[in-house]
Amino acid sequence: METLQTILREPIITTVLLALIPLVFLLIYALVTLYGEMKMAAHIQNRLAYMENGWHGTLQPIADMLKLLQKEDIIPTAADKFLFILAPYLVFMGTYASFAVVPFSSVFIGSNIDLGIFYLVAASSLVVVGLLMSGWASNNKWSLFGALRSAAQIVSYEIPGVLAILGVVMVLGTMNMQTMTQLQDGGIHNWLILGGNFPLGQKLALLPFMFLLFVIYLLSSMAEVNRTPFDLPEAESELVQGYNTEYSGMKFAIFYLAEYANLFLVSAVVVVMFFGGWTSPFGEFMSGPVWGSFWFVLKGMFFVFLNIWLRWTLPRLRVDQLMYVSWKVLTPFALFCIIAIGYIMVM
Amino acid sequence: MYEIIFYFFAFVTVASAAVVVFSRNIIYSAFALLFTFFGVAGLYVLLNADFLAITQLMVYVGGILVLLLFGVMLTTNTVSVDIKSGSLNVFPAVTVVAAIVGLLTGVFWTSEWFMSSTMGELTSQTTSKEIGNALITTHVLPFEIASVILLVAIVGAAMMARRERVK
Repeated sequence: METLQTILREPIITTVLLALIPLVFLLIYALVTLYGEMKMAAHIQNRLAYMENGWHGTLQPIADMLKLLQKEDIIPTAADKFLFILAPYLVFMGTYASFAVVPFSSVFIGSNIDLGIFYLVAASSLVVVGLLMSGWASNNKWSLFGALRSAAQIVSYEIPGVLAILGVVMVLGTMNMQTMTQLQDGGIHNWLILGGNFPLGQKLALLPFMFLLFVIYLLSSMAEVNRTPFDLPEAESELVQGYNTEYSGMKFAIFYLAEYANLFLVSAVVVVMFFGGWTSPFGEFMSGPVWGSFWFVLKGMFFVFLNIWLRWTLPRLRVDQLMYVSWKVLTPFALFCIIAIGYIMVM
Repeated sequence: MYEIIFYFFAFVTVASAAVVVFSRNIIYSAFALLFTFFGVAGLYVLLNADFLAITQLMVYVGGILVLLLFGVMLTTNTVSVDIKSGSLNVFPAVTVVAAIVGLLTGVFWTSEWFMSSTMGELTSQTTSKEIGNALITTHVLPFEIASVILLVAIVGAAMMARRERVK
């Protein structure tokens, strides 16, 4: 940051440039994941998928992108034009704003604020408003009910998700995502999923609760990004898709990009909370700022992969089952974990 | 720099608040409220009240605004808006508004304004520690009362949402 500052002199330009780094990462990541998801889906279902363009279809995402750019931008006549255009950008903005506090490495974090993870949860609530806006502006009853369904889903699953985050915050005693990572530095045995950097007794006591919190957060984060088994907005045959039914071309692509960005975001939160963020699993070996970003992206991509894997393995839940899982299973378990962690940390 | 950011947030807040009040379409009012909350949160950040700013976003945007939108969307027709934003009860409204304006102007003129040394620059000091300590020590009673009220509200909501059992 300081070196960039001296080269460019203007603080505003430096800030803007730094703020664009995650965007560049996201665009590349989206292309890779788009290809990866199609390929993995195909191999899980025992078929081949893209084979024509490039080696094993590696050029396909670029062709897809060019196709999307050329598509006609259709706005339904009866739609509320202003809100219809605004909504996808609002959804992406909410997701992208959250990337400000994600520590990609020990030297690169957009804004190293003390309330990092709290800010992240608050910023992603913008997404809900964007979804409601898109559903309403489409002027289509399926879209409207899809938006209401998605909003209800995201708001419900925020509760066990936030409770899981609260448990981790209680253990580490900070909401700063950079500090959270640093507290787990020193090798794989210090990661929170293995009990964290505590004396042995406490570590063993924390271990089962950390695992439980990890599962709770993973499930609720999957629901928050609308991934299978919670992907009701994708159910075009039984529910006429959802808030994005009327969208096409570039606007639909922005929804898609926001979904992929969100997927990496929640994976990043899982990595920072339970898997030591950018720290190397081997302690001092292969650690440092550049290796840090490598480990961070690698761990993040693993959870993205896990999500895709689950998507093509599990069937979809019904709406009432979805609500049941959130309110009657995940929330009580998360509350139980918080109470137990409170006792362990005081002892 | 500080001034530019301040005026930006102030403009966003005031302009969107004007849309909330004057828009004929109630859904526009509801969505404009998003930008009002956002602008107010930005002003809080400029006052170094980081915890308050994020709580503002969390509670108002994530909770109240979504609830409000649900209410508006489920109660009006999806095409044309039934609820007129016409004027009624002019006399009581004018009285109340005049009283509030008088009160606020009074507070504005009588309070002693001072510029603190950190004013005009953003510090990275956080307020969450002090707020947490204050909530659990000096202000523990209001804190507990608020939590009990919220619990009662949750139980009440669950009670009302529950389907009547057929005997």
